[in-house]
Amino acid sequence: MRLRIRFTKLGKVRFTSHRDVARIWERALRRAQVPVARSQGFSPRPRLHFGLALSTGYESLAEYLDVDLAEGAAIHLAGLPERLTASLPAGFAATAVGEVAAGTSSLQHAVVASRWDIEVLGLGPATLTDRVADLMAAPELVTTRSRKGADVVDDVRPHLLALQLLGSTDGGVLLGADLAARDRALRPSELVALLGDGATEGRIRRIHQFTEQNGVRSEPLTPVGNGPVPPGITAAARPPAPHAMVRAL
Amino acid sequence: MSPSPSSSVWERLEPLLPRVSKPARYIGGEDGARTPDHHPARVAWLLAYPDSYEIGLPNQGLQILYEILNERPDAVAERTYAPWIDLEAEMRGHDVPLFSVDTHRPAAAFDILAFNLSAELTYTNLLAMIDLAACPVRAADRGIDDLFVGAGGHCTFNPEPFAAFCDFVVLGDGEEVVGEISAALAGWKADRAAGEAVERLDALVALAGIVGVYVPALYEATHGADGRLLGTRPSHPAAPQQVEKRTVADLGAWPYPRTQLVPLTEVVHDRLNVEVFRGCTRGCRFCQAGMITRPVRERPAEQVRTMVADGLRRTGYDEVALTSLSTADFSGIEDVVRSIVDDDPPPEQRGPGSSLDCGAGLGAPIGPVATADVSVSLPSLRVDAFTVGIAAELQKARRTGLTFAPEGGTWRMRQVINKLISDDDLYGAVESAYSQGWRRMKLYFLIGLPTETDDDTLGIATLARNVVAIGRRHHKNPSVTISVGGFVPKPFTPFQWFGQNTREELTRKVGLLRDELRRDRGVALKWHDPRATTIEGILARGDRRLANVVEDVWRHGGTFQEWGEHFSMDLWLDALGRNGLGVEELAYRHRTEDEALPWDHLSAGLHKDFLWQDWRDALDEVGLEDCRWTPCYDCGACTGYGVEHVVANATPPAGGSQGTGRANPSAEPIAVPVALGRRPEPVGVG
Repeated sequence: MRLRIRFTKLGKVRFTSHRDVARIWERALRRAQVPVARSQGFSPRPRLHFGLALSTGYESLAEYLDVDLAEGAAIHLAGLPERLTASLPAGFAATAVGEVAAGTSSLQHAVVASRWDIEVLGLGPATLTDRVADLMAAPELVTTRSRKGADVVDDVRPHLLALQLLGSTDGGVLLGADLAARDRALRPSELVALLGDGATEGRIRRIHQFTEQNGVRSEPLTPVGNGPVPPGITAAARPPAPHAMVRAL
Repeated sequence: MSPSPSSSVWERLEPLLPRVSKPARYIGGEDGARTPDHHPARVAWLLAYPDSYEIGLPNQGLQILYEILNERPDAVAERTYAPWIDLEAEMRGHDVPLFSVDTHRPAAAFDILAFNLSAELTYTNLLAMIDLAACPVRAADRGIDDLFVGAGGHCTFNPEPFAAFCDFVVLGDGEEVVGEISAALAGWKADRAAGEAVERLDALVALAGIVGVYVPALYEATHGADGRLLGTRPSHPAAPQQVEKRTVADLGAWPYPRTQLVPLTEVVHDRLNVEVFRGCTRGCRFCQAGMITRPVRERPAEQVRTMVADGLRRTGYDEVALTSLSTADFSGIEDVVRSIVDDDPPPEQRGPGSSLDCGAGLGAPIGPVATADVSVSLPSLRVDAFTVGIAAELQKARRTGLTFAPEGGTWRMRQVINKLISDDDLYGAVESAYSQGWRRMKLYFLIGLPTETDDDTLGIATLARNVVAIGRRHHKNPSVTISVGGFVPKPFTPFQWFGQNTREELTRKVGLLRDELRRDRGVALKWHDPRATTIEGILARGDRRLANVVEDVWRHGGTFQEWGEHFSMDLWLDALGRNGLGVEELAYRHRTEDEALPWDHLSAGLHKDFLWQDWRDALDEVGLEDCRWTPCYDCGACTGYGVEHVVANATPPAGGSQGTGRANPSAEPIAVPVALGRRPEPVGVG
């Protein structure tokens, strides 16, 4: 049996790395007494499968993790998110858990795009409105970036699915962006660089991850109590993520 | 000191973190971390480790004191670690002071900045952190509002090289003394708050009245015309002639840490650690830890089991280390191990989890305390087959490598250092290990030991070859890693008078081994940088003149000297030169019996004449058996403090010569003066 877990990463813990998060989950699952399968061989490891890595320093409302349960083990899903949250460090919270049918493709393969809140510092709303329009109108966006340690030149325009101004923050402007994850994902930092001179990164938060089947987008898992994923980017207030503040005290 | 609850530096620190390496080191939030309520009437401790977070976080001493202080009504404690070089530059560039990782309060919001000093090469980091705390680095320059800087840990048995930077230094176990320090400073703060005319000196005098606390400012060191130390004596009536170390009589009364910190990012020793006993009486003459932590105090076996079970359940770790200076010597270690790893314990002894149904419907009872899921490690293995048997019981799955520390290459050498392991003990241990599936052996040796000849050095190569030959009987490609470190004589050991090998001599000996082992497949040689060994030696036995050198190196940018890529011999040599000091005088020459030692005004409980006799015995190649199981040699550690060994079993452990030097240890229990089950009353408090 394979579980899929959706979780948030907010606040100070955004400075933990992808590798740190994997270790945090290994311990949390043991604390919550979830019977996780272990790999065979000389040095058995818990069988956890993470989706797209989140850069160190970014927040997220929509991280995913698949967990293989031990052979023959079953587990009640009701109450499991709460139990996992209680086993996680403050700042992480499990927001949904579901069973994944056998044969479902892995998160790495299934996720085609992420939606981001990107705070841009250094440029005013008027300038950014123009730059956003320029980017969306451009037929191609050729940029040099590093891939596996080597510099490569890519046209990233196909990866820029949607981009718009959402409003202003304390010291900057909030953009919403849908960025494709296929092949080599377009990163928010690379998008900010494309906005041109003067633009720097502020707070960045992943809002959604999307899978696509027959042209229909959906989340790999829907948080408990949330409606369907909005079809386009909206500036509407999102429900605050359930922080794991219980354990902060 | 005007602690304000809202004075967190987080807002200013946060923008710096995306620019530095491993920012998770600075966010706190570990499971087990506290966010204590500060109050003007409480003494606020900022517990500091002067190296990076990943080295400092696991430090058990710091974690123990963190919990004990936060349980007190008159104290609060938070933690800080040395910011890595990139963050330190950012902090200095943006005027961000040293901060706690718990609530990100600036250091100035605390009363005490207390360091754990475990390695000499961290001394320059101590200065960097005091300075980042916006506090004068010299104690003499501090005013009434400045922090009190303290230090504890093994290095404090010769605190003179850093004494000028500390207001107080603690010798020995900290569990009890931190409470007394809190009470003393709380009283001083209360007097001050009440408007009494108090001075900083009043606080120092109060601290000097606590057993185990050394206040360097109240002592004066005199030097001869040639600069050599003549003696260190009290210069204030409140200062005792000799400062005694503190010893906790009953480890069972201190089951700490109760909630070991679980870091969010990777650190060294990233596992549950349970201290099974403190102290060691094997009597290895090079080993400072074994000398200064006497006597042996075992934790009750049942408490060990509980701490392991509760700790695993709480932390989610899948590895636990049973720590001590020689864990196989723990009374009834086999029973303890079995009770931890037993697959099918009786119901009342089940580990956590195995009796829980996990919210219903678990197919199989999977308890965290089970061999399949949890690995138990013994960080300091004794060298014999019996010990390997225990290791086999512990590591059912991951049998990759085992580490042994024969320390000396020949039996003669091991008699000199009193590490009485016969060649057969070692060969029996590796035979046992290879035959049970381990493939990689790591052997630790010291070079530059007293009386060492090239035959002794080359004996290391012979042992390595023979170990590989034994391995070939069991595996195709067995490998042995030989790790050699240059010997640094330490205070309060029989070798404290020994003139350390020069770095040229150590380098030559490493070369001998390299040449000898060049063609040996399966043997890998690693060695500690002889230049770092030399500087460690200077600091380990240096006197107050070294303060200028440490400060000079720091002012020239020499921090993180424990790290090979940052260590700079030139900085140290230049600083020594600028201060008119030479390596020969400080480290290389032998010292004489009548010579004043920089730590003579301190006591680790050991009689100086015992140490001198043991030094003479070493030169005569005479070994000394473990006093846990044989009559007392009157080293002074027990009698001086009215404490005793606390061991549950007076019988020497089975198997091999057990380091007792006897080929066939008597099967009969030997009558020895040990406390069997009786837990002595704590002494020496107040």
